[in-house]
Amino acid sequence: MAESKKKTYNLQYHEVILLKKLSEMKKSTVLALDKILGIDQAAVVRAAMTLAKLGLMKIDEADKMVVALTREGKSAIDKGLPEKQLIHAVIKDKKSLLSKIDIKDKNIALGWAKKDGLVELEKSGNDMAVKVTSKGQGFYKIKSDIELALLNIVDNKPVDKKMIDNLKKRRFITADFRTVRTLSMTSDGEKIARSVKLVKEVSKLTPDLLKDEKWKDVKFRKYNVVAPVSPSYPGKKHFVSQSLEYVRRIWLEMGFKEMEGNLISTSFWNFDALFVPQDHPAREMQDTFYVDVKEGKLPDKKIVKDIKKVHESGDKDSCGWGYDWKESEAKTVVLRTHTTVLSAQTIANIKESDLPVKYFAIGKCFRNESLDWKHLFEFYQMEGIVVDKNANFKQLLGYLKEFYRKMGYTAVRIRPAYFPYTEMSCEVEVFHPRKKEWVELGGAGIFRPEVVKPLLGLDVPILAWGQGLERILSEYYKITDIRDLYKNDVSKLRSTKLWMW
Amino acid sequence: MPTVNLNKKKVLEYIGKDITDKVLFEKIPMIGTDLEGITDDEISVEIFPNRPDMLSEEGFARAFKSFLGLEKGLRKYVVNKSDYKATIDSSVKEVREFAVAAVIKGVNVDSDFIARLMQVQEKLHTTHSRNRKSAAIGVHDLDTVSFPINYTTRGKDFSFIPLEGKAEMTIEAILTEHPKGKAYAHLVDKDVYPVWIDAEDKVVSFPPIINGIHTTVTSDTKNLLLDITGTDEKVVVQALNIMVSMLSDAGGKIYEVDVSGNKYPDFTANVMKLDLSYANRLLGLELDAESAIDYLLMMGLGAKKVSESIVEVSIPVFRTDILHSMDLIEDIAIAYGYENFDSEMSDATTVGAESSKTVFSRKVSELLVGLSYLECKSFHMTNAKTLFEKMNHEVSKDIVRTANAVNIEYDAMRDRLLSGLMKILSENTHNEYPQNLFEAGTVISKDDSAETNVSEDTNIALVSAGLTSDFSSMKAVIETFALNLDVDIRFEEHEDPSFISGRCAKLVLSGAMIGVVGELHPEVLVNWGLDVPVAAAEIDLLIVMDAVFK
Repeated sequence: MAESKKKTYNLQYHEVILLKKLSEMKKSTVLALDKILGIDQAAVVRAAMTLAKLGLMKIDEADKMVVALTREGKSAIDKGLPEKQLIHAVIKDKKSLLSKIDIKDKNIALGWAKKDGLVELEKSGNDMAVKVTSKGQGFYKIKSDIELALLNIVDNKPVDKKMIDNLKKRRFITADFRTVRTLSMTSDGEKIARSVKLVKEVSKLTPDLLKDEKWKDVKFRKYNVVAPVSPSYPGKKHFVSQSLEYVRRIWLEMGFKEMEGNLISTSFWNFDALFVPQDHPAREMQDTFYVDVKEGKLPDKKIVKDIKKVHESGDKDSCGWGYDWKESEAKTVVLRTHTTVLSAQTIANIKESDLPVKYFAIGKCFRNESLDWKHLFEFYQMEGIVVDKNANFKQLLGYLKEFYRKMGYTAVRIRPAYFPYTEMSCEVEVFHPRKKEWVELGGAGIFRPEVVKPLLGLDVPILAWGQGLERILSEYYKITDIRDLYKNDVSKLRSTKLWMW
Repeated sequence: MPTVNLNKKKVLEYIGKDITDKVLFEKIPMIGTDLEGITDDEISVEIFPNRPDMLSEEGFARAFKSFLGLEKGLRKYVVNKSDYKATIDSSVKEVREFAVAAVIKGVNVDSDFIARLMQVQEKLHTTHSRNRKSAAIGVHDLDTVSFPINYTTRGKDFSFIPLEGKAEMTIEAILTEHPKGKAYAHLVDKDVYPVWIDAEDKVVSFPPIINGIHTTVTSDTKNLLLDITGTDEKVVVQALNIMVSMLSDAGGKIYEVDVSGNKYPDFTANVMKLDLSYANRLLGLELDAESAIDYLLMMGLGAKKVSESIVEVSIPVFRTDILHSMDLIEDIAIAYGYENFDSEMSDATTVGAESSKTVFSRKVSELLVGLSYLECKSFHMTNAKTLFEKMNHEVSKDIVRTANAVNIEYDAMRDRLLSGLMKILSENTHNEYPQNLFEAGTVISKDDSAETNVSEDTNIALVSAGLTSDFSSMKAVIETFALNLDVDIRFEEHEDPSFISGRCAKLVLSGAMIGVVGELHPEVLVNWGLDVPVAAAEIDLLIVMDAVFK
């Protein structure tokens, strides 16, 4: 830190060394300073501009012809002009046959030597013999104008315009107009230069600097805070997991308990317990994955007997499907086609004294579909049941509306649909505010008494839904190809925005 | 579920009123069919399997007309007396037991009608009749048939000219050469084959395969004979009722056929009593008997008041979906309009709870996220190459496969998670390293002691890919895992072909192996196209959870 009478200047390391050096030199071009100060041109310019702004230094800019030697120019000074090297080879090395002369730029040398009448060529068998003329002899002995001009350039002495053009033509130099910045001190600058202290500048804060207050004697190099840096990668939950956690929280807040169960089930739980007749098309191979294991086991006899009966002949209130129900079909093992299998298993364990109860589940289901941008063969389903003697159809709508409101959809509607295990059966749709259309998200309804009575032993209304989640998750994450949800692209996992609810 | 393209002009003609597309768009989805689209000529709807009576223009218009309030209540179908007789030979019992028939006269059969009839027949066959197994419908020109007709059986050498055929074919030839024969041969794979034969020994049909040629329906046909045969009596009778009601609505007069003493068709409505208090409780409504009756009539049902709370409902015989009074309540709800139900929040107080597995998995995930691991989610379905071959393992005998996967790349259930993470690494070689990934999820293998002969477990797997990834760095992660869960996981020397020999350990908890940690073998890395070292671990999460919650 330095002080003048009026002002305090907070000068950086580069600015201080520039100021001090220029104070010695009084005047210098920027070009000359980088080597002297040991910092690069850009840093010199930056320091100079800061000092100029503070009124400590003056920058004069002028367009000047800047002449620089090329590789050929340097070689002409070191080894002589190409034509002189040629004459040298002929005279000193006694190599008069053209093919024997071995110098760099031989053709250029020969061109200039012939043009200026320094050599002559004579045929010699298949080759050419080079003969030095008397003019050539004279040329060889003295320094030519060109060579003298090149030496002047090295010494920064003036060279006339015609010669500059000539040297450019022979590609010994480049000559361009450039802005040359000349720095000079102001009187304020001189004062500061005398008083300012040079403080050591460091880039890193080290444990050593922290010891014994050493950090007080150094200056921290200023960083370019807007410059790009290498990225930092987070550990993160998969974006689908983040959103499923939110879905789970919604149901927990509404008083639902979580159900769990296996991905693989007997057809008994997946279909029969849900009153899906054994020849229902959904049970066919093209929709349902069957597993290559031997037949599964059925639960206790009473449930099996009751379910067989309700399929075959119903009960006092229902006529049933009216067909021969087969245990063997119920024992086939499938990848669950819906999470409703969990509801069936849960209901079978509920006692009347537990009521009312509400359950939910979020889990994968499987359908034998081909994989494309719109379809997955395994997908998440969100399942819910409300087992309550006072439950009704309006409440079903209430639960679904509340859920979708929390998912950001205010308009929810239901349409009549058909599922073998519910009645009313409905298709749930939400209104897509951007696409301005209704989007189907899954089924809902009240479980049929033919489902409830054999499992629960009572006829209690059970509100139920099984809703797909991938469509709304894709929408949130702006994913158009549904497969991208499970592509696990590491850069996407690192950068996908967080689930913000 | 079948989508049918209904002739729009015909539907509107049957409704007897010009209805705008706007009303069609609004109302069709609300009756319980899925509207796919409307053009100038067609209404394309998906008919749900509970309403096969709506597969025809006639049936659709009948239901829709009631729903719009234009013609409510139970339709009357008059069945005229006749002398048409059919007999059933007991030999059909073992192959295709049930048969019924009916006669319709005075139908205006033009080429358009034949096309529509075939569409309805086809859709009924594929859905309601389960691809002709439960029931198959034959439609014949009545005036070519001599009564009585007989439903009986013949041997495989019996021959006749099939519909659209040129020469006689034996039954055996039909089943092996004719396209219809080949498609449905599995339905009649017995020694005897069902046939309808008329009084002049001409073949009426060979159900469920094909009709005989001489009963072919043409645009000159005025009168029709329907035969339905099948393995499910209820479905057979329903198919007859659906076809007859359609043909009657199209202008035909119905005549009975005596089939071995039973007269068909029988349009006597089924009667069911509906308890209105039950309906109101389920729907959350307070409908009185009069309004409930009105809604039932809008669904084409008959209804009359028995008392303030009991309504007697007459159900037409083509409504196959009404098994329980619940189904009537749904019809009331549909007529009331799903869009007219208010939502209501229940006041049932219950306490929410997460499963302990969810809680535990979340804690573990959060710990790994804190260690800069990225969670992945992959499919449970994969293949043996991914699971084993690329990991230098023999294919396990306990792997669970699907019997019928459409995607052969996904025909096996994962029995471990690590190979899935390796696959993810192989698909991310263009992304910056280090890549630290984990996945927690279900793994599946055969287990005869389980209900499904399959056991499901929850594992967690981790991979760390990058120039500095090695055994020690992964061991450090597992030690952090064990420390934070307060479980005593030990490391013991272990060999596993997926890992470099001498750089692999098994993880042991209370004497039981719960997982493995190691540096992946170069051969495995090459198999996956990776050119950085990878350290990995896989742990049985449920055993750890049990130890934590013990």
